[in-house]
Amino acid sequence: METEYLLSMNNISKDYFGNRVLKNVDLQVKAGEIHALMGENGAGKSTLMNILFGMPVIHHTGGFEGQVQLAGEDINITDPHDAMNYGIGMVHQEFMLIPEFTVTENIKLGRETGKPTMLPLFDKIFGRDLDSMQWDDMAKDSRKALDSIGMVNIEEYAKVAGMPIGFQQFVEIAREIDKTGIKILVFDEPTAVLTESEAERLLEIMRLIASRGIAIIFITHRLDEVVQVADSLTVLRDGEFVARKEVANTSFVEIAQLMIGRKVEKIVEDEEEDVRDISDDKIALELEHYCVDMPGERVLDMNVKIRDGEIFGFGGLAGQGKIGIHNGIQGLFETEGNVYLYGKKLDLEKRGEALRNDIAFVSEDRRGVGLLLNESIERNIIFSSMQVKNEFLKGGLLDSKRSREHTLEMIELLDIRCTGIQQTVGSLSGGNQQKVCLARAITLNPDILIVAEPTRGIDIGAKKLVLEHLRKMNREEGVTIIVISSELVELRSICDRIAIVSDGTIADILAPDAPDADFGLAMSGLKREDVGA
Amino acid sequence: MTKIKKTIDIIGVPRLIIGLFFLILVITALGVGLNPASLFSDILRRWMMYGILVLAMVPGVQSGIGMNFGISLGIVSGLLGAVVAMEMAYVNAWFFHFGAGAAWLTLLVALLIGVMLSTLVGTGYGLLLNRVKGSEMTVSTYVGFSAIAMMNIVWILLRFQNGQLRWPIGSGLRNTASLSESFGGLLSNPSIYSEPRTIAIPEGLNEASNVSVQQPKALSFLAIDIGDSGFVLPLGLILVFALCCVIIWLFLRSKKGIAMSAAGENELFAISNGINVDKMRILGTAISTVLGAVGIIMYAQTYGFLQLYNAPLMMGFAAVASILIGGASIERASISNVIIGTLLFQGILTVALPVVNAVIDVSALPEIIRIILTNGIILYALSKARGGRR
Repeated sequence: METEYLLSMNNISKDYFGNRVLKNVDLQVKAGEIHALMGENGAGKSTLMNILFGMPVIHHTGGFEGQVQLAGEDINITDPHDAMNYGIGMVHQEFMLIPEFTVTENIKLGRETGKPTMLPLFDKIFGRDLDSMQWDDMAKDSRKALDSIGMVNIEEYAKVAGMPIGFQQFVEIAREIDKTGIKILVFDEPTAVLTESEAERLLEIMRLIASRGIAIIFITHRLDEVVQVADSLTVLRDGEFVARKEVANTSFVEIAQLMIGRKVEKIVEDEEEDVRDISDDKIALELEHYCVDMPGERVLDMNVKIRDGEIFGFGGLAGQGKIGIHNGIQGLFETEGNVYLYGKKLDLEKRGEALRNDIAFVSEDRRGVGLLLNESIERNIIFSSMQVKNEFLKGGLLDSKRSREHTLEMIELLDIRCTGIQQTVGSLSGGNQQKVCLARAITLNPDILIVAEPTRGIDIGAKKLVLEHLRKMNREEGVTIIVISSELVELRSICDRIAIVSDGTIADILAPDAPDADFGLAMSGLKREDVGA
Repeated sequence: MTKIKKTIDIIGVPRLIIGLFFLILVITALGVGLNPASLFSDILRRWMMYGILVLAMVPGVQSGIGMNFGISLGIVSGLLGAVVAMEMAYVNAWFFHFGAGAAWLTLLVALLIGVMLSTLVGTGYGLLLNRVKGSEMTVSTYVGFSAIAMMNIVWILLRFQNGQLRWPIGSGLRNTASLSESFGGLLSNPSIYSEPRTIAIPEGLNEASNVSVQQPKALSFLAIDIGDSGFVLPLGLILVFALCCVIIWLFLRSKKGIAMSAAGENELFAISNGINVDKMRILGTAISTVLGAVGIIMYAQTYGFLQLYNAPLMMGFAAVASILIGGASIERASISNVIIGTLLFQGILTVALPVVNAVIDVSALPEIIRIILTNGIILYALSKARGGRR
């Protein structure tokens, strides 16, 4: 019965240094089928593919458990070369092409056809490395590969540099097709970088390739694409196998629900009665046609109103633009459109505009943006307040006494584990570093606090403390808090409203207790109405 | 045991090794019969005389431009200030009109012109470094070399009248100009307060075309001869070095100084706190250049000579080596790195040369050893990611 599947990965488990990232995951793909592999960021999709390709990162960290079968036979893939020999290829999200080479050179790179040179001794001494290249043959092969995916208008002798992104992707596909005996082709979020028409084209080509008996594993988070082209799908969540479904027997809503799943436990409990006065008449922060030019996290024409005194969340998948939101306001990237703070327009061109207007930030990139790693805890905590509000200064110089007192207060308040206020921040653990970032933001006494990925890379205890403190600031001091996070659980446990960002704009604004399916759909850029459910 | 390890950790292994090496050298020097008083006197003098040039590295490093190999820009600004001040003193016969005060006036004017020039040059240099982010140290090395080459042309073209400055025959400035008839030794040489100096003045003012000038005894505390042992305490020089250190230390604790250090350590952090990183880098570069100008004038007054042309070519390297020995990295540097590093570096050079001379009699050896030491230390320190713990 197993033989009906071309590829079958059974009971795959993998841990990185005791951290289990895959738990008994199954993946089965039939020949000639497009199989979608779905899941949120961190669900384990990449790790599974790394195992399939025998990437060194897997074998350097103690290998994996489970069994991989190709056409019913057990196979053992220990390095990417093995994978290639078994006929497993991949179309990468980041193109693996050399811009200065021609299309043919790129397609044939590493698999060139050559013939021994006239000097017979040469290949005796140097092996085949000095063969003369059979460019005509290779060009013909490339042409054939390109034609076979319907790319008649890509010239095989053109340089890759300067080609539209879509074309580059097709060259990459042609390269995989050109490999003899290709049986399985993995597409890693191929449409993420394409325009709409290019994406349409790509999906067509995927169908074309599948129709020739090649199995396609299609990694994506776009539900509409899955429903459009895939035959079957596997959903992973938190490293666990959730379900394998035939697309024909399922629906948008069901897939969305499977992806999000029910994560019942709230990280922090809210027992107190809510006495806050939040109304649509009092808007703390408004974004109007807001765009941020942050590579990899673009924000495009976003419109949202955040009410005074609420905890507002931005969620969504990585690369969709949620990270760009605060980086734009913070002044790290160019912005367009308007940002109003209590009705007053902010001029984000000016350095430190947001900080001066009592918006404080905790950056998602702790080590890169959020901290001075070589400086003391004290210096890190008082820095912004000193620069922006001229606090902790006496006669123009650092007021050591006040700065010391305040730092000790913060260490106590947030339970920062350290050897003293002079300890360098770089030597603290992630959780304590995050608390230092938070302490710096609190020191500014902000009206609005924007916190990005507040619990990334920190342990559960610190996570709880950080979230609880955010809630406390909101409840007791009336600080409007904006949380930007990839962790939906976290958002759902403290936010009043959650905006899901997709393609740089807001797909939907949901209540924390909205059904899982709605969150799943929104992450795909869809609303319930769109799919008629 | 852990206590020892902790101490070593704080001092840093490189400093420990070099410190021990220095100690061994000193013991050997005393062993081969060198006069301890003059030996320690020399070490102290050189420590103080190079100190400000080394201090000039701190604002550069803190603002993020790395080691300022282009300190030559500040050095030539200082030299230019000094020669212009000396020429003014001669042409206007300051020594004839003001007597002993003229030496001080010359020093003051030299510093003033030096600081003004270096502020301008340093700002321009900062603008340049902002355009070559990431390769500041390479660029600054060549900027330093070019500045020296360009000033070679300037020195030869300057038509000065002061006989101490110009070539006896022909025109242009000398390679080495003595400061004995100017501000040389005011802060470090006791003899200037004990004996009168004969100083040339322009013709026609008095019969002899020179005046005899005696510095007032009241100021002799600036350079104290301790007994007859040969140990000199250059108190004036020490005070100036200390003052510069305190000023920089205070600056680094001011709002601007802290912002500058942040810009140097983490550009994104600084931007996200509304700090203009480019401006801070220019500020750091300018301060570094100004310290270079002040540093070379202090160096020259101690040494007793102004060295023009190619003499300052490698001075930046010695300064870099010193601060690196002191435990600085190319990302972080402190005043204590300056003080410790200058002592170790200049101390070793001061002691090593007479020791080597006493052991082997090869005339070029001291110079060779100096070069090996300087560049060896720079190579060692740059290949290390970071110095000891601060």
